[in-house]
Amino acid sequence: MLYKTDIHYNERMGGVMNVQLNSIYKEEVRPSFLEGVKDCVPTLIGYISIAIAMGIVGASSNLTVLEVGLLALFVYAGSAQFIICALLAAGSPISVIIFTTFIVNIRHFLLSMTLAPQFTSYSLLKNIGIGSLLTDESFGVAVNKLARKETINDTWMNGLNLTAYSVWVVSCVVGALLGKWIPNPEAFGLDFSLTAMFVALLVSLFQTIEHKKLKLYLFLIIIVTALMIGLSMFMPTYIAIIIATVIGATIGVVKDK
Amino acid sequence: MSVNITVFWIIIGCALVTLIPRILPFIIVRNIQLPPVAIKWLSFIPVCIFTALVADSLINKEADSLISMDWNVILALIPTILTALYTKSMAITVIVGVVCMAGIRFIM
Repeated sequence: MLYKTDIHYNERMGGVMNVQLNSIYKEEVRPSFLEGVKDCVPTLIGYISIAIAMGIVGASSNLTVLEVGLLALFVYAGSAQFIICALLAAGSPISVIIFTTFIVNIRHFLLSMTLAPQFTSYSLLKNIGIGSLLTDESFGVAVNKLARKETINDTWMNGLNLTAYSVWVVSCVVGALLGKWIPNPEAFGLDFSLTAMFVALLVSLFQTIEHKKLKLYLFLIIIVTALMIGLSMFMPTYIAIIIATVIGATIGVVKDK
Repeated sequence: MSVNITVFWIIIGCALVTLIPRILPFIIVRNIQLPPVAIKWLSFIPVCIFTALVADSLINKEADSLISMDWNVILALIPTILTALYTKSMAITVIVGVVCMAGIRFIM
């Protein structure tokens, strides 16, 4: 009788433990939409300042507030939006503007390629949804989370992406409205927030690198910087970014034995 | 509040060419198993691409000479990197960076 109770007791404890383990497991495996929103917050100040600068530049390129808003809504790519405005102001033909935008945004292929293996278990539609809102910054936040050995999933990614997307579109419109009063956003250093954001993402990635690999990564940083300076003598920097990154990653694979 | 028809088609065209590189890998990777060497290669992409993006801002694109660095950016980068290392906060890094850049441009 005692024996039976013991088993019963053990089963019950085991059951409780399992439930507890499951809930811990679930919390780890399924970061929520809200956590995605929270993880986006540190990047928002960067997004807002760049988007306001973007809206001001758009307005000064003779785009209407609605056009600036649609550009942000449909293209949703900071550097491309700036270049589109510059080319519009220069009176470039449609074909040149679209082709240049394509070249500038090929970079996203590398970002999506790096992140896509994390989402293969989800539906095609979810994958397209995640991919279409991927930016340098949301990519940076996601790879940093992965580098800290935390899990990411579709709802977390959507929380991150949709927060950035909505803040970006609204801030671009605000910038376009402000455009009448602020002709030169560069004077306020707003354009530098993008670089500062990339520096912060890079430093944060570095904190997750294993000690023995630090030298290799520092070497790669020097190589990529040298390549950027060298290549940009012969080609637009948005092409140099892709080539320098591809060469850098290849050297990384070769040297990391 | 209006949308010029040319601008409208530019927005649609640019939206499509931006969408393609963003979603294509998500469609491809579902159907193929990446070899370990490709996974390893991709693991180096984040550091390399963010380095390239930071380096991009160091290069002065409007200069006539073959190569020209934007010294204002290099100057502003120093306190920005130090702030990122010290605070580990993106928001503070961005604020310090922007304020330094505005200050440098004001003085220079």
